[in-house]
Amino acid sequence: MTGMTRAIPPGPERVEGRAKVTGTAPYAFEHPVTDPLYLHPLRATIARGRVTRIDTDAAERVDGVHTVLTHHNAATLNPVGDPELAVLQSDGIDYRGQLIGAVVAETPEIAAHAAGLVDVRYERLPHDSEFRDDAAIVYTPDADASPMLSPDLERGDVDAAFAEAAHTVDATYTTPPEHHNPLEPHAVIATWDEEGLTLHDSNQGSHLVRDLLAALVGIDKERVSVIAPHVGGAFGSKGMPHGHVALTVLAARRTAGRPVKCALSRTQMFELVGYRPPTRQRVRLGADPEGRLTATEHDSLEQTSRFKQYAEQSASASREMYASPNRRVTNRLAALDVPAPTWMRAPGEAPGMYALETAVDELAVRVGIDPIELRVRNEPEVAPVSGLPFSSRNLVACLRQGAERFGWHERDPRPGTRREGDWLVGTGVAAASFPTLFFPGSLATIHHESAGKYRVEIGAVDIGTGSRTALTQLAAEALEVPLENVELRLGSTEQPHASLAGGSTGTASWGSTVVEAARSFRTEHGSEPAEGVETTAGAADNPDIGKYAMHAYGAQFAEVRVHVDTGEVRVPRMLGVFAAGRIVNPRTAHSQFLGGMTMGLSTALHEHSVVDERFGHVVNHDLAGYHIAGNADVGSIEVSWVDEHDPHVNPVGAKGIGEIGIVGTAAAIGNAAYHATGVRVRDLPLTPEKFLY
Amino acid sequence: MKPFDYQRATDADSAIATVSRDPEARYIGGGTNLVDHMKLGVTQPGKLVDITRLPYDSVESLPDGRVRIGATVRNSDLAAEPVIRQRYPLLAQALLSGASGQLRNLATTGGNLLQRTRCPYFQDVTTPCNKREPGSGCSALEGWNRHHAVLGASERCVATHPSDMAVALAALDADVLVEGPDGQRTVPVTELHRLPGDEPEQDTVLRHGELVTAVELPPLPFAVRSRYRKVRDRASYAFALVSVAAAVEVSDGAITEARIAFGGLAHKPWRATAAERALHGAPATEETFRAAADAELAEAETLRDNEFKIPMTRNTLAAVLRELTQQEGS
Repeated sequence: MTGMTRAIPPGPERVEGRAKVTGTAPYAFEHPVTDPLYLHPLRATIARGRVTRIDTDAAERVDGVHTVLTHHNAATLNPVGDPELAVLQSDGIDYRGQLIGAVVAETPEIAAHAAGLVDVRYERLPHDSEFRDDAAIVYTPDADASPMLSPDLERGDVDAAFAEAAHTVDATYTTPPEHHNPLEPHAVIATWDEEGLTLHDSNQGSHLVRDLLAALVGIDKERVSVIAPHVGGAFGSKGMPHGHVALTVLAARRTAGRPVKCALSRTQMFELVGYRPPTRQRVRLGADPEGRLTATEHDSLEQTSRFKQYAEQSASASREMYASPNRRVTNRLAALDVPAPTWMRAPGEAPGMYALETAVDELAVRVGIDPIELRVRNEPEVAPVSGLPFSSRNLVACLRQGAERFGWHERDPRPGTRREGDWLVGTGVAAASFPTLFFPGSLATIHHESAGKYRVEIGAVDIGTGSRTALTQLAAEALEVPLENVELRLGSTEQPHASLAGGSTGTASWGSTVVEAARSFRTEHGSEPAEGVETTAGAADNPDIGKYAMHAYGAQFAEVRVHVDTGEVRVPRMLGVFAAGRIVNPRTAHSQFLGGMTMGLSTALHEHSVVDERFGHVVNHDLAGYHIAGNADVGSIEVSWVDEHDPHVNPVGAKGIGEIGIVGTAAAIGNAAYHATGVRVRDLPLTPEKFLY
Repeated sequence: MKPFDYQRATDADSAIATVSRDPEARYIGGGTNLVDHMKLGVTQPGKLVDITRLPYDSVESLPDGRVRIGATVRNSDLAAEPVIRQRYPLLAQALLSGASGQLRNLATTGGNLLQRTRCPYFQDVTTPCNKREPGSGCSALEGWNRHHAVLGASERCVATHPSDMAVALAALDADVLVEGPDGQRTVPVTELHRLPGDEPEQDTVLRHGELVTAVELPPLPFAVRSRYRKVRDRASYAFALVSVAAAVEVSDGAITEARIAFGGLAHKPWRATAAERALHGAPATEETFRAAADAELAEAETLRDNEFKIPMTRNTLAAVLRELTQQEGS
């Protein structure tokens, strides 16, 4: 089916758009370097144990092989608190696919060929890679140990309220492991010469990579440069440097200044760069006869790896979403012999809101009221739990406007009653929410070149979101000059320090930094500055943080068709309405929301990394086996937003839009599939066999 | 990945001689399957003989009503061929439902037929697989086998053949023209591929050095009303969970001719002779269609993850026959 063409809203075009579409924007692997060598990683083929012997003789004898790196000859690395970076430091194997060496050669083909000649022997230990609820592997993460962890929450008496509720839902939802699969695979070029270490690296934060790698190899961070002018997608998988970066640096240390290039294959990316862990979430909702929540319980069990903890914290989605006098929220981890999970677009919120928003739909069916009306009845006046006022909360406006645009009022709520040809047709809705975060510590330099032309420098990485364009706009606006008078340079540690591209904070954190730096510049140098003057400044602390609850909201609508004979699921139409503060660039923002919703559709229908517990690996570890929505799967997607002025969140007034588009999408699609068929599927993805009956 | 020699064949005889005398030599057409396997280390030929410049790149209508398709005709070109679109629509539909536009532009008729069965464990040299390493065991039997066979499988191998085109050819009773060191022979397409049995490493009955030169379609007038229906996880670019190729003729409400083949169910394109027998002479009703599916699936054996293929096949066959017979009646 073909999507309808929707008008793209106005806004400056992507400033690097021409370079990208003409192929002249260099991505990590494409930077021209002199006389490079190529690295092919060696990976463990057992899930737990140790390497007892690694014979590299045959590989080393191959013409064109420069060096073969193993734990026997690798340099010692400093501990930096991230076990993924401690590559080749011992013979131990913690998961299948773990890096155990590398071949470095004159061409990628020679490296790959020689890698196949390395003979590895193992001592195998029993491993456990089966995600399940089992006391032997399940534990409560120590929330006191990390500010990233949210502790269990208990308010009131959930059990009593549930027992007395007029309507209840008690259901378990599962989401599978999912891999990011950004368009640009992970790649790095490492050059270690007399000037120090230079990394052309595909990442989400060049300064973070620099600081970690400098500490890891024990050199002054001023001698490490990390350069990432263009990154072809990341979704969290490039948020932290992974083992291949450390491996390439180890190799570059042995090549006497020759650059070492490493590009991971798709299959290697299923083992080495993180993934969204599987979740098993039980949601219990109790409501009064009118559908007002009296009890909300959300307990999530999520996978982590035994060698490195990561907590998805899906249940935390239920902490502040709806009013409910009684509430219990818990997150538990199941530790296994598997690769380390990591952040993936809307970590926690994406799987958590899938479970909560499906349960809310189930509750609406039980109560017998419209699911939008049910959500409206459960709007909190202040943030539940914290009691803080919302900086702004326009969920109801999103739901109401969305309902109007989508034609929701024409909906017959009875499931399984509309058929067009061989297709059962239904519609569904779900709410979306994502916290508004701010990462401190960024700095920007405003430099007046001449004649009102400015150069703005900030070391932030544009991972394809449009940050370069939005920051150029904000700088031009704050300097009160035309857009074309501002040249923005970003992505490199040669520019001032910038925080990570994550948590949907780019426009908020870097944008505020650029705005404040521009204001400081004007204060210092006036409106007619001398040539060559510059100011470097950052954003002041926001006094409203801690005084307001800050979230973006959205409403997701979907039309779903399920084939009566085959169970095939199609999504011809989606609508997302968002309330995310100031939208700096409608054109690129539209693209961000659209991309998030498309990824949500893909989550709903396709994405599933299938683990074979016997081996401890992902079986469908390529893009033929791991399905991502293709063009033919995507119908019409309409995106809009409500006007929202929020003076509290940050000087820009932006809430962040990189992640909320994926939140709630899968629930809206699942709810629509239920409406189409009367079959409630609680396990993603919604593959055809789940609708065969 | 291992270094290899590459030669471009200029005539069939020398190509056949070259490959026949070298056990490590392989023919290469579009390379859409072979090159993948070489990159994965699944197969490591020492020599590739490129046959894409041999004069097998045309589609001819023969005087006896048959259609001959050269082995190097690209899948995209074959799907666009008027004679195929008009006389054998199920074949054009099958071709267009396969792979992606880019792959179809490269893939050849012969290569499509000779692609290996598909299984993630076969493609991963770090897991046991009897097809890749005879005797090492079948990882799919107790593993992830959602895409695997329910018909004709063995304890040694439960993989499925991924071709869409071959399913349509099986329904059409196509012949495969083969040249080898000992001369020419013709193999019915339904006999080209093997069931796994005790030798899953043998996907076809071809001997080393034999070269597919053409596929011939018999004249089959009722195939103008035919259909290829592919059920898959994505709307495009995914292998079949189940597919049905069907051509039927109806007279006075009864089925007088039926050709049925299934994809996604077996180690080979599955010609559904039991279903055809059940349809022949029977009234074109829902009960008949479902009974025909049940007749074919009576011997089916499901695995942990693929039980759904039974109802999905039954429903899909019924849907296709319903569509074709209604079309016939209208």
